[in-house]
Amino acid sequence: MTTSSYAIRDSATMLRRNLRHIQRYPGMTIGVLATPVFMLLLFRYVFGGTLGAGLGGARPGGYISYLAPGIIVLAVSAASVSTAVAINMDMTSGIINRFRTMAIARVSVLTGHVLGSVLQTVAAAALVTALAVALGFRPTAGPAAWVAVIALVTALAFALTWLSVALGLVAKTPESASNLPLPLMFLPFLGSAFVPAQSMAPGLRWFAEYQPFTSIIETLRGLLLGTPIGNHALIAIAWCAGLALVGYLWARARYNRAAAR
Amino acid sequence: MRNQKLALAVSVTGLRKSFGDTTVLDGIDLNIQEGTIFALLGPNGAGKTTTVQILSTLIPATAGEVRVAGHDVAAEPDLVRAAIGVTGQFSAVDDLLTGQENLLLMADLYHLNRQEGRRRAAELLDQFELADAAGQTAATYSGGMRRRLDLAMTLMGRPRILFLDEPTTGLDPRSRRRMWQIIRDLVAGGTTVFLTTQYLEEADHLADRIAVLDQGRLVADGTADELKRLVPGSHIRLQFTEPGELRAAARALGQAPPDDQGLTLRVPADGGVKSLRAVLDQLDAQSVEVAALTIHTPDLDDVFLTLTGHPGRARHPGDASTDDASTDKDSPR
Repeated sequence: MTTSSYAIRDSATMLRRNLRHIQRYPGMTIGVLATPVFMLLLFRYVFGGTLGAGLGGARPGGYISYLAPGIIVLAVSAASVSTAVAINMDMTSGIINRFRTMAIARVSVLTGHVLGSVLQTVAAAALVTALAVALGFRPTAGPAAWVAVIALVTALAFALTWLSVALGLVAKTPESASNLPLPLMFLPFLGSAFVPAQSMAPGLRWFAEYQPFTSIIETLRGLLLGTPIGNHALIAIAWCAGLALVGYLWARARYNRAAAR
Repeated sequence: MRNQKLALAVSVTGLRKSFGDTTVLDGIDLNIQEGTIFALLGPNGAGKTTTVQILSTLIPATAGEVRVAGHDVAAEPDLVRAAIGVTGQFSAVDDLLTGQENLLLMADLYHLNRQEGRRRAAELLDQFELADAAGQTAATYSGGMRRRLDLAMTLMGRPRILFLDEPTTGLDPRSRRRMWQIIRDLVAGGTTVFLTTQYLEEADHLADRIAVLDQGRLVADGTADELKRLVPGSHIRLQFTEPGELRAAARALGQAPPDDQGLTLRVPADGGVKSLRAVLDQLDAQSVEVAALTIHTPDLDDVFLTLTGHPGRARHPGDASTDDASTDKDSPR
């Protein structure tokens, strides 16, 4: 067998291991879902009336339609925590040294985590989308747009997962690994997830317009509801590619450097 | 010359390792024959784990040449990895997987086919007395069970050279003996074992050769007996019932009678049968009555004390506290 087919085989083995972890430790998956579900309910039933009125009644589908794309993105970013913790638990337990002393494709330890996390994250996003639909969200997307939605959500999940892998490798304990990705979870709040960037105070507004999540949310909103996308799509793709690359390079450097602890 | 090189499982020349300004290994040379048990003995912080980490390709050496299974660890790490198995000081099992799943994970990573993997997993579960717990997650295992699972996972790949970093630290005496038996069986099957330990007794029991590591340097290297011979202090101790006999014995053996009022005479001897017989013959010739006789051979505690000058950090298994520098370790024969 060649090296690259070993890399695929070993990554598949590690993916099976991580999927079994997800199955054995459902608390983590529930934790991943809790944040976006809670926010969805909170903004739909508690703040939604006022916010919806503030945005003006002209929007199609009411506030839930404005809210849903942001919540889907929040579901993706909330999953970062479980990725970082899972990686860190592997790194701080002895098993990583076992893997490092075996003749296996080195990167498979990380790719197994990444693939498992992306699957988990996309599934969480799908569940949250279904819940939003149950609460009155009515997307108008056609089949092509849905494919684009899935692609964008997967790309974002891929980018944030690599970033979380790096954060999980940087953290010294699983506790700090669960704290490091929190900024990723807050960023959608400081973007156009819940209210338009134009409605924010000037400094914050500037930040909201240029941070990665706004373009991603606006693209998703456009795909799902037919609102104008403009150049957000291109910026969203660039952000996903950039974040994925930074996360991958950072994670790889940390992984190769991390000596036995 | 070539054959001799092939028969070496591990060869290390001038190995040095520093972390920043701290030198952990300061010029180590080692040659380990295939099919033997080698013990690296040393107190905590001597550099044992660092040595294992370098030999098992986990961390790079600062300087020196390290060949394991005939391959340079820096140039051909994957060829080294294919030949070795490592069971570290900290358990490397997956807590969320069952015992059997842990072994099957290893089978997949060693690229065994499915059937072979299942067969070997069942075999190892039996051999390590884990068959009953095969379906439980490793998180529920006791310390001894985890160590056994850990080692079983390492053996899944049939390593030619096995590194065991403090394999019995923290185990109860029964689990420790069981682990020793497992290690002996492995070597009987042709595996080379590189063992680190802070337990003198363990090195004495298991190892064909022992090297003593202290503050990053090897201070001795040899068989347990050779090491013990490095230490002066072998003597025969004779016990008498009355002072007259003691004085007679001292005269017979050409010794000055002890000043104190005791009834014990210490006669220097190398611990061999010949010197013992000579002493007894001399006593017989003078018809001296000996109440009891003990032979004191230095054990590895003495070796350690002599070589390193700080005895308190090396321990016997099971010793709760620090001190084993006591001088009175006579073993009745």
